[in-house]
Amino acid sequence: MKTKGIIIAVIVVVGLFLFTAAYVVDETEQVVVTQFGKVVGEPKTEPGLYFKLPVIQQATYFPKNLLQWDGDPGQIPTLDKTYIWVDAFARWKIIDPVKFFQTVNNVVGAQARLDNIIDPAVRNLITENRLIETVRRTNRRLDTFEVGLEEIQKNEPQVSVFMITTGREKITEAIETQAQPKLNQFGIELVDVKLKRINYVEEVRESVYARMIAERKQIAEKFRSEGQGEARKILGQKERDLKEITSEAYRVAQEIKGKADAEATLLYAEAYGVDPDFYSFTKTLETYSQAMDKNSSVVLSTDTEFFKYLKDYRAE
Amino acid sequence: MSWDWEKLKEQQERRTGGPVPPQMDELMQKFKNFRLPGGPLVLILVVAIILGTSMFYTVAVDEVGVVQRFGKYVRTTQPGLNFKLPAGIETVTKVKVRRVYAEEFGLTTDDQGRVRFGAGDDSASVSIMLTGDLNVALVPWIVQYRINDPYNYLFKVQDVRRLLQDMSEASMRLVVGDRSINEVISKREEIAVEARELLQAELDEAESGINIVTIEMKRTNVPGPVQPSFNEVNQAGQEKERMIYEAREDYNKAIPAARGEAERMIRGAEGYALEVVNQAKGETVRFKAVYQEYAKAKDVTRRRIYLDTLETLLPKLGHKYILDADQKNVLPLLNLGAKPVPLEEVTK
Repeated sequence: MKTKGIIIAVIVVVGLFLFTAAYVVDETEQVVVTQFGKVVGEPKTEPGLYFKLPVIQQATYFPKNLLQWDGDPGQIPTLDKTYIWVDAFARWKIIDPVKFFQTVNNVVGAQARLDNIIDPAVRNLITENRLIETVRRTNRRLDTFEVGLEEIQKNEPQVSVFMITTGREKITEAIETQAQPKLNQFGIELVDVKLKRINYVEEVRESVYARMIAERKQIAEKFRSEGQGEARKILGQKERDLKEITSEAYRVAQEIKGKADAEATLLYAEAYGVDPDFYSFTKTLETYSQAMDKNSSVVLSTDTEFFKYLKDYRAE
Repeated sequence: MSWDWEKLKEQQERRTGGPVPPQMDELMQKFKNFRLPGGPLVLILVVAIILGTSMFYTVAVDEVGVVQRFGKYVRTTQPGLNFKLPAGIETVTKVKVRRVYAEEFGLTTDDQGRVRFGAGDDSASVSIMLTGDLNVALVPWIVQYRINDPYNYLFKVQDVRRLLQDMSEASMRLVVGDRSINEVISKREEIAVEARELLQAELDEAESGINIVTIEMKRTNVPGPVQPSFNEVNQAGQEKERMIYEAREDYNKAIPAARGEAERMIRGAEGYALEVVNQAKGETVRFKAVYQEYAKAKDVTRRRIYLDTLETLLPKLGHKYILDADQKNVLPLLNLGAKPVPLEEVTK
């Protein structure tokens, strides 16, 4: 009975010892073991079951996976003095948990350090660049205006305003390279910095809207006058074509008629030329019967060939 | 001091009005006497049941189970009933790998359940973007994604959803920032494709274990105050088209008719030509025929023609005055102003 009690007591003690000595490191975690505040051994970065001395040694857990940093959105002036509202975010990792433990101690503390380092870097890079550099990525050709406004585009040297030399991706890279050296001491690796949102601040927005409206109005006017111009062109073409068609037809008709008249004249001349006297005799007689009717009165002399017998049966 | 004790007890009894509550030692006595019905066998059974239930688990058809032993990843299990070591040694996390998740940006669902543009400040600023020509556009979109690598999804990134949200905003702005306002409004498909590529690349780099299924662009627009002027441009465009069409219509109405008229003129002229030539031919042939005969007996024929003509001509005429050739001065006798008598009356 006595030995049984002792065995149970030993089992309980050993179990308790093991329970407090063992600790589990998750896939997402890494552990620094300390003894009275002093770091002992290498940090445990591989997941699994580990043992430490109970009570005297302590395990401190740090995340091993990718962590998020979200910047405080703020108003920053660009190089061309436009105030914009910038919201940046970054992703970071604890690559040296011992350094991290010794300098910033925990993730909350790290966020504050990151604020102090990344925010100024963002501010620096934004103020050093023109607005367009923070917006654009490449110099791909923009379809700036609607179709039919190529002339305006050509006349405007402003197009070059939209050209960039650095671009957003290089700016965020520069932010990263500016911030990274200061973070090495904390055992932090800055994976990347991104600009989440860039917007005009409220006051600037109004004037941008006004500009957009003016720009659109101008395009609308352009469209209307283009339409008018095009319509006039077609109208002119119509008038021209009409004249062309009728005059051409008139010319052709006259040609045809002239040719026919000429042919007829030739025919007449040929035929009548044989005896012009006879022609004039027959034609004149024919004309009489056509030209005179019941409304015509004639005074005829008995001298005439027709009436000569009226006076005298003998001719002459 | 015994009287004190006695008195105190008496007083206590009077105050509470009942017997003394059971003492601690009595409870201990009861506990010691308490025995589990059935003995240690039942105890073992209970432990076995607890262990057993934590050793079996089911994985639903749309998910996989990720098993960790002491925190370390050991295996991924497929749908069905699965076995693992009891709780405390192995743990399982189920990940829905076949489900498609959706994340909306710049959209809100109103009371009727319809999706519309967010009026709220926050969601509005999600969709407000600067375009490459420094204009402002409203761009709402939906990202649909699936978990394609449960290991990465669980262990590589602390807050995957947050990463996805931030990254898709950053990627979309990167794409929109390289487009003009016109392109943002008219070429949504192109933007969606490019944004998807960028976002997927970022998510792969972060080892998030997420696969973007689609990025669906909703109706892109310009901010409210600017909308009327954009509509005006559209209208002006339509107006332009209309004016051109009207002019064309006018042209098409006039020109074919004119062509027809021209054709008519030419045909008319051709008709005239035929007529004139045929007339001439007829007349000349007739003349020639007559002349042939005339030439044979000129004088007689001449007289005959003359008399024939007068024969038909004279009856048709109105007043006829025949004067003696010797008679002069007849003019005063003639009333040339008199109305000619109609032929019928004369013949009567």
